[in-house]
Order: sequence, then structure tokens, then C-alpha cells
Amino acid sequence: MKPDSRLANFLLSLAPIPLALLFTTLLLLIVGASPLDAYRNILQGAFESPAKWADVITACLPLILCAAGMCITFTAGLWNVGVEGQIIMGAIFATWVARNLLWPQVPVLTTMILAGMLGGALWGALAGLLKVYGKVHEIFGGLGLNYVAQGLLIWLIFNPWKRAEGATMQGTDPFPAPAWMPHLGNLRVAPLAVFLALAAVVVVFFLLRGTRWGLELKGMGKNFRSAFVLGVPSTPRMLTAFAACGALAGVAGVVVISGVRGRLIPEVSGGMGYLSLLIALLAAYRPQWVIPIAIFFAAMGVGSTRLELNMQLDSALGGVIEASVVLAVMLVGGWRALLAQRRRQEVQP
Amino acid sequence: MDTSFLIQSLASVVAFSSPVVLASIGETISEKSGVINLSLDGSIALSAMTGFAVAYISGSVTLGMLAAMAVGTVVALVIAFASITLRQQQVAVGFVMTMLCTEMADFLGRPFVRQAGPSVPHAPIPYLANIPFLGPVLFNQNVVVYLSLASIIAAWWYIYKTQPGLKLQGVGERPESAFARGVNVNRMRYVYCVVGGALVGLAGAAYSLSVRLGWSNHHTFGIGWIALAIVIFGGWNPWRVAAGVYLFGLLKTLGSMMQRNPAFQSVPAQIFSTAPFALMIFTLLLISSEGVDRLLELLPPRLARTIDRTIRGRPPGGLGRPFVS
Repeated sequence: MKPDSRLANFLLSLAPIPLALLFTTLLLLIVGASPLDAYRNILQGAFESPAKWADVITACLPLILCAAGMCITFTAGLWNVGVEGQIIMGAIFATWVARNLLWPQVPVLTTMILAGMLGGALWGALAGLLKVYGKVHEIFGGLGLNYVAQGLLIWLIFNPWKRAEGATMQGTDPFPAPAWMPHLGNLRVAPLAVFLALAAVVVVFFLLRGTRWGLELKGMGKNFRSAFVLGVPSTPRMLTAFAACGALAGVAGVVVISGVRGRLIPEVSGGMGYLSLLIALLAAYRPQWVIPIAIFFAAMGVGSTRLELNMQLDSALGGVIEASVVLAVMLVGGWRALLAQRRRQEVQP
Repeated sequence: MDTSFLIQSLASVVAFSSPVVLASIGETISEKSGVINLSLDGSIALSAMTGFAVAYISGSVTLGMLAAMAVGTVVALVIAFASITLRQQQVAVGFVMTMLCTEMADFLGRPFVRQAGPSVPHAPIPYLANIPFLGPVLFNQNVVVYLSLASIIAAWWYIYKTQPGLKLQGVGERPESAFARGVNVNRMRYVYCVVGGALVGLAGAAYSLSVRLGWSNHHTFGIGWIALAIVIFGGWNPWRVAAGVYLFGLLKTLGSMMQRNPAFQSVPAQIFSTAPFALMIFTLLLISSEGVDRLLELLPPRLARTIDRTIRGRPPGGLGRPFVS
């Protein structure tokens, strides 16, 4: 490959970003807002001060955990759309620990994390069981379970776990102090949460790269039939993939309630399950790419809340930018593959 | 229970089900040709918002409906282009479009949240509306409801009773054979994906202009996923898909009646809001699990076969698979 064509390749791989921005600029012009002002507000809202940086880091941690988990299920060719519910179940299990086990900080936080992993893993495995033994496609199983988990969460907050002064959408009473993850100085970042997210990426990377389990998942994802014929035990592999992803999503739930909110809230998952699916797609299931993409997504999410305050625009613009970048990557990628194929056909008719 | 109450309830089931009927019939057409349009949930939200916004600004419900259909068409075109021409995974593109459309609807719809706007006027069909029982249930409604009823019959008639419909089935079942027979598989798939998308767009307008008037964030709450599941439940056959939708609507109406009944006061409201999705999993489980096979084996073979054929359908052979000539 010539050096200038490598440069061209690199530039082409960045093409989706201006394309996506062009699209959102059009939308901003439609609603009659100044695109430059909007983008400036988003960037300032995400990066103008150390406190904002801390918010972006905090927001990207659960996304990293979930997207790393989804690298596992996607590698196995599974659409784990149920991450939203797995986050919720992790948070619910951990909340039970925080409310009932009044231990010192280290044991209570450890137990909360383990309980969160268990809750998420069970909910993930349930979607897997529905797929394997019930032949319910994981997209429908997972989505249905998301709504069920959301219903359970609201019920818990409004009935058995309601506040002393009455149930509200504000969530439960704050946890006892030992169940809070310690913060870094007066910033809102919890170092433990950062460690958990980075550890998840490293573990997933090596699980997929260096273990037989990871290789077998890869085989199933590439060609399910031949993997099966070659003796990959597909049922246990699928269930463990779902459970592993669910466990990481459960940790994300713990990070949200114990590292950020300090109580169980109705919007604990808040669409992060679906966002992290986009991240995993964009990362092409490679865990090492999850981190920068999650930071970008988190910055869009944190920054776009500024639009509501300063420009009376809906913060959904952040989501529009994220989704249109993913779409543009797919379109540009597909287009380039098509051109490459045509060129090959011209060379050898 | 007296008859007038029954008629009233059934009429409201037919009316409230109209968006889901339109969406799932549209999806059936698209999937029959082999293209999964997974974007339904977002597509319905965006077209509901657009339909309401255009009707609100222009004052014309017709324009609103047309705009909503245009939105559904464009979304379907993107999915067709990405999955057919660019050979990207249909499910992946569909999912991304779901997210994109949902966020766009929230972003663009902000000025229209909880505004009072026009709605599709009530229009009983003369003579037909006077038929005892059926008249008030089916023909004492509005245009959107009539369109939803017409879409069932038209889709069934087109797919199973016409020459182009036969080609449509061929394209979805065995694209290679259809191609060998001289059918332009990918062009047909484009066409039916877009036609289905237009119906999905109309479903959005039906929602915001006829069933739940106006627009608010999460206005169409999960309805697209339900429609997608019902297409599977209905075995890709318009009549059975429609039956599934009405059954679902009936259960939902019964649910809200129970919720209002003082005898069920102690049941938490969350159970009722979650029930449709639990029901969705349960029915999919029922029609596809191996447990049902084992139950059927206990029955006499002929009866077992009839039951099997009535409760399940086979997906089109080429569903979700790109066709490369």
C-alpha cells in the first residue's frame, strides 16, 4: 500500500464525523438555532472546568462497563438488548445489600459489587435461557425483560423501599455512609468506579483474546453452524456470554447508585443500555476502543444538558449526534466496501 | 354485561389498535420480502411527532398524515439502502435508526409537547354504520381506523391473491429462485420495504392524530416493539397478525378495566404497565418453545398438525439475509 493511500484511508475513516455533524447542523437550522452556538455550548458544558471533566468521566464509566460486556455478547453473535434491565437488576440487588447489611465500608462495598454482578448476571442469563430453551429471539426477550425490570424498580421505590416521608420519583432514602463509594477530593469521581471500568476492559480484552472460551465465542459469532459442528458447546457458551455481560452491566448499576447517586433512583439505567450498544457497535466489539468512544458519548451527553439551560433546546441533540455518527460509520463503511469490491471485479473480470 | 357496553368496548379496541395494526401490517409486507425493518419503535415516534407538528402548523390533518408517511418512507429507504445496497446487517441498521429517530423526535418535537392540536374527525360510514353490532364496532369510526381495516384486507389480498404478490413471497422465501425466474430481487425488496415504511409512518400519525392526541416525550412508549413481536406471533400472515393485534388490544382494555375496578385496587399499577411486555415474552415463548412440541405430540397427529398450523407461522426463508446475485 502506498503511503499516500494510507493517509487517504485514515482520512476516509474520519469522514463519518463531518457527515454526522452536517446532519445535526441541518436539524439545528430546522429548529432555527445557531449550530455554532449549540456546538460551543455542548463542548463548554462538557469540558470547561475540572468539575465538568469529572462529570464526563463519571458518566462514561457505566457506559464503558456495559459496552465492554456487550463486546462479549456481540463477539458470540448475540444481540444483548437487555442490558438496560441488567443494569437495573444489578442496582436493585446492590440496594438490598446497602439497606440490609450495615457493615463497614470495605465489606459492604465488596458485597454490593458482587450482589450487583449476581443480579445482572441472573437477568442476562434469563434472556439467554429464553433464547436457548424458549426460542425467543434475544432482542424481544431482552427488551421485554427491560420493561419488566423497570416495572419492578418503580414498584420497589414506591412500595417496600419508599422514603420515610412518602414515595416520590426522587428514589429511595440515601444509603448509609459506608455504602457510598469514596470520591476523589471534592470532585464527583469515585476512583473505585474508574478502577472497576478499566479492569472490566482489560479482563474482557484478555478473555476474548487469550482464552479458549473467547475463541469459542468468536467461532460462534462468525459461523454458528460450523462452530457447533466442530464441537463448541453452544448452549453453555451462550448462557455464560449473557451472564458475563449481565454481570458487567450489574456493576454499572452499582457504580451509578453507589458512586454517583447514593440511593436507588427510578432512572438508574436511563437509556445507558441502548447507548452502550451503539458504543459496542462503533467499537466493532473491540474492548480497547470502547474507552475513547464512551468518553465521546459521555461528553455529548453531559454537554448537551447545557442546551436546555442556555438555548431552550432539547438535550436529545446529544443522542442525535451519537446515533448519527454510528449510522454514518455504517454507511461510509458499507460504501467503501462496495467500492473496493467493484474495483476488484474490474481487475479480474 | 349489556350489549351496548360490549359494543362500545369493542369499538374502542378497534380504534385504539389502529396504529399497531398499520405498523404491524407494514412490517409484515417488508418482512415478507425479506427485509427486517427493526426501526419501528423510533420510526413510529418520529412520524407521530412529524404528523402532529405538520397538522398543528398547517391545520390540515391530511397534510399531517402525508408528512408522517413521508417520514416512515425515508426511514425505510435508509434501512433498505444500508442493508440491500451496502449489505450492512439489517438488525444493526434498524437498531441505530430506532435510536436516531427516537432522539430526533424528542429534539424536534420540543415546541409541540402537550400542545392541543387538530385530530382526525369522526366519520361514520353511511348505511354500513347502521348494521347491527358490526356497524357501530367497525364503521362508526374515523378515516384512520378505516385505513387500518383496509390495510389488513389489501395486504392479504395482494400477497396471496395476485401475481405480483406471489413474486413478493418468492423474493422473501427463496430469493435465488425468484432471481432465476427473472425477478429483480433487490429492487422488489426496496419497493416493499418502502411501502411497509409508509404504513409505519401512517401508524405514527394514527397515534398522535387519532388515538393519543398530541405529542410528548416517550409518547409512543414501546408500541413499535410490540408491533414487531406481533408480526412473529401472527406468523407473517396479515389476518393472523391483525388477530394478534386485536387480541392484544382486548387484553389491554381488560387490563385497564381491572385497574379501575375497586376490587383490584391493591394490585400495584406497575403490574399493569409491565404486563404487555411480559405478555409479549410469554406469547413468543408459547409459540416457539420446544415444550409446545412435546405437548402437541400427546395429541392425535391430525389435531396436532392443525393446532401447530394455527398457532405458529414460519418466517420467510430469506428473512434478514442479503441477496447477492
